[in-house]
Amino acid sequence: VSRIAVLKGGRSLERQVSLRSGAQVEDALERLGHDVLAIDVGRDLVARLRRERPDAAFVALHGRDGEDGTVQELLEIVGIPYTGSGVAACMRCADKVLAKHAFRDAAIPTPDFYAFNEAAFKELGAADAIDAIEERLGFPIVVKPADQGSALGIRFARDATEVPAALLAGFSYSDHVLLERHVAGRDLAVSILEGEPLPVVEAVPQGDDFYDFESRYEIGRTAFVCPAALDPDATAAAQAIALRAHEALGCAGVSRVDLMLGDDGDLAVLEINAIPGLTETSLLPQAADAAGIGFDALVARILDSALKAS
Amino acid sequence: MTIEDRSNRTRPSARTSAHELERYAGLFAQRTRVMKSSAMRDLMAITQRPEVISLAGGNPDTSTFPPSSFAELTARLAVDGTARALQYGPTDGIADVKACIVEVMAAEDTHVDPQDVLVTTGGQQVLDLMCKTFVDPGDVIVAEAPTYPGAIPAFCAYQADVVQIGMDEDGMLVDELEQTLDRLEREGRRPKFVYTVPTFQNPGGVTLSLARRRRLVEVAHERELLVLEDNPYGLLRYEGDPLPTLLSLDGGEFVVYLGTFSKILSAGLRVGWAVAPRPVLDKMNLGKQGVDLCSSSLAQLFIATYFAERRWEDYVAELSALYARRRDAMLEALAEFLPAAASWTRPQGGMFVWATLPDYIDTTDLLARALEERNVAFVPGRAAYLDGRGGSSMRLNFSGSREQDIREGVRRIGEVVREQIEFYDALTGGGAPPADAEPVPRSPDPELADVLELPRRARRARRSDAR
Repeated sequence: VSRIAVLKGGRSLERQVSLRSGAQVEDALERLGHDVLAIDVGRDLVARLRRERPDAAFVALHGRDGEDGTVQELLEIVGIPYTGSGVAACMRCADKVLAKHAFRDAAIPTPDFYAFNEAAFKELGAADAIDAIEERLGFPIVVKPADQGSALGIRFARDATEVPAALLAGFSYSDHVLLERHVAGRDLAVSILEGEPLPVVEAVPQGDDFYDFESRYEIGRTAFVCPAALDPDATAAAQAIALRAHEALGCAGVSRVDLMLGDDGDLAVLEINAIPGLTETSLLPQAADAAGIGFDALVARILDSALKAS
Repeated sequence: MTIEDRSNRTRPSARTSAHELERYAGLFAQRTRVMKSSAMRDLMAITQRPEVISLAGGNPDTSTFPPSSFAELTARLAVDGTARALQYGPTDGIADVKACIVEVMAAEDTHVDPQDVLVTTGGQQVLDLMCKTFVDPGDVIVAEAPTYPGAIPAFCAYQADVVQIGMDEDGMLVDELEQTLDRLEREGRRPKFVYTVPTFQNPGGVTLSLARRRRLVEVAHERELLVLEDNPYGLLRYEGDPLPTLLSLDGGEFVVYLGTFSKILSAGLRVGWAVAPRPVLDKMNLGKQGVDLCSSSLAQLFIATYFAERRWEDYVAELSALYARRRDAMLEALAEFLPAAASWTRPQGGMFVWATLPDYIDTTDLLARALEERNVAFVPGRAAYLDGRGGSSMRLNFSGSREQDIREGVRRIGEVVREQIEFYDALTGGGAPPADAEPVPRSPDPELADVLELPRRARRARRSDAR
């Protein structure tokens, strides 16, 4: 029996999802016979960790602080082994711009993009470059806050008039915004567990509002197919490229790689989630299940990888 | 057994493989598929943080109800009616509380027979029972645009097709309603009812004018169309003359009335009511039997005791005076801190102001920034629409916060709005004038004075009206 702290909640915009992930993990850890200490992370995090001295921390946080290396850094300082990737990999995953540069450097295909911070527009006249960006990326352009994990703030700009409002939306969530070429095609996710790719999940939007990102990961409005109906070559290619991406960013233990299979048949990596959701509808548990790994076994393996690494 | 033991025992046993979850998903009713954006829900959850000044609530002020008074009333209730208070009651409600309801409605010059009253568990239950009684999947409900955000889950749960009618400073555009009804008739669709909050509308803050009230009731009679009049705020008037309820104009033929004690006494009691034509009331009564058999006897008898022991009108007057000051504080702060490109309604009562920003600002995104950088919250306008409109508007509540917090909250909102406007100007090359920058003289055409679509003009008009 180990004493495991489950870190969840926090003040990120994804707090609610994190609380659900955390509750699932707590149940699983208890069933596995561990002594569970649930921590809704806040100002007393370090003090509590020092006082309680858990054997390991299961990080079930999503979004800012929890997924961007901040909490990982604190865990390093306090000296508690933790699940998932280390500080540097978390930072790279949480910042879509850093991640895409790393993909590009590693010759991993990713949609063309440009990225700016607010100051570039306010102080350096970046607005004057928008027409050139538009010309190079072509419409529609996807505008994303660089470090926001949920669908909040992601906009499609279908033409030039929609770009400023889309930027305004993106900058509402982050001081860094990514403008990315839109890839038409199929929406895939490959989770990596201890260096092994799990079966591919495909997200198939059910509504006809293609541009509605917020509905994307809701039950009923998106159907998830796992394993995705792909031919074996495409499956193998998606898994291989996902694993390369996972390694390129230095991820450890577990991650979820989101990619697109373009209508032209080319794969492109969009981003990596360093701490994939573990809620009842999340993709990682579905993929694990398709590989014959039940939820408890999944949680056990994620935890083991943390204890092994320490 | 300690609480801990129990919680351990009810811990879910091994389950939650994705296959099993899929199995539950396969069992979910079709109606569960109609959901609102979870992203916005998650955002709203953050507004609960203690350091946030939240103008997002819809809460009445409960701090003004004296604890000593509460203690006396509950003690009295315990002495006089423990057995009754702890027992089931009739589905349609306890007679004592129906008498209170008759009294409250008479204060708005609306006279009803206790037999036409169904006591419900909050006014919200009336929305559910109306849908249960009238709405088959795909049926049309007509509502205002924007509409009460809390009505949306009720309507969606019954898979209603909600058609929203625009408003201006005089409430629902009844002309637009008639055109819409014509169109629906051509399509062979007959709305089951028109849902309206005619007085101090939530979230719009506007009030349906007397002329439009008369016309709406006429339309209901001409077309044999039911109107659901939701009137939680009618008694919270801070200026202007009271207007007759739709029910009193209609005489009880086509208007179903929804009332509540939530805003005049206590929301925690969860007691509301419906007044409806007898055949409708009978069906709603059957529906209620399936939901909860009866509303809380304890809460109903508390109200009856309160009415017997205290002057309820005094408490409403006290609340009104408090809210009037808070409304004034909000309107002053809005005028001081919001940039010229913003506009807002000027409610004569109720609890809400509806503010509209330039159309390139999305208030859901703005809320994320306001929460993150300024610890202030409001309800994004999109929550009041089913058709994706309302993206640049917000609902601001003034009843639930102290005057200094209202002022500070609005100041912070003003700061982030200003930043967004400046930034947009930088993005678009330094300031295309906002679409509504041209002053427009007041037009007799109600569409041109549409306070919710083109609020700036309406606000100016209203100010000049106020003299």
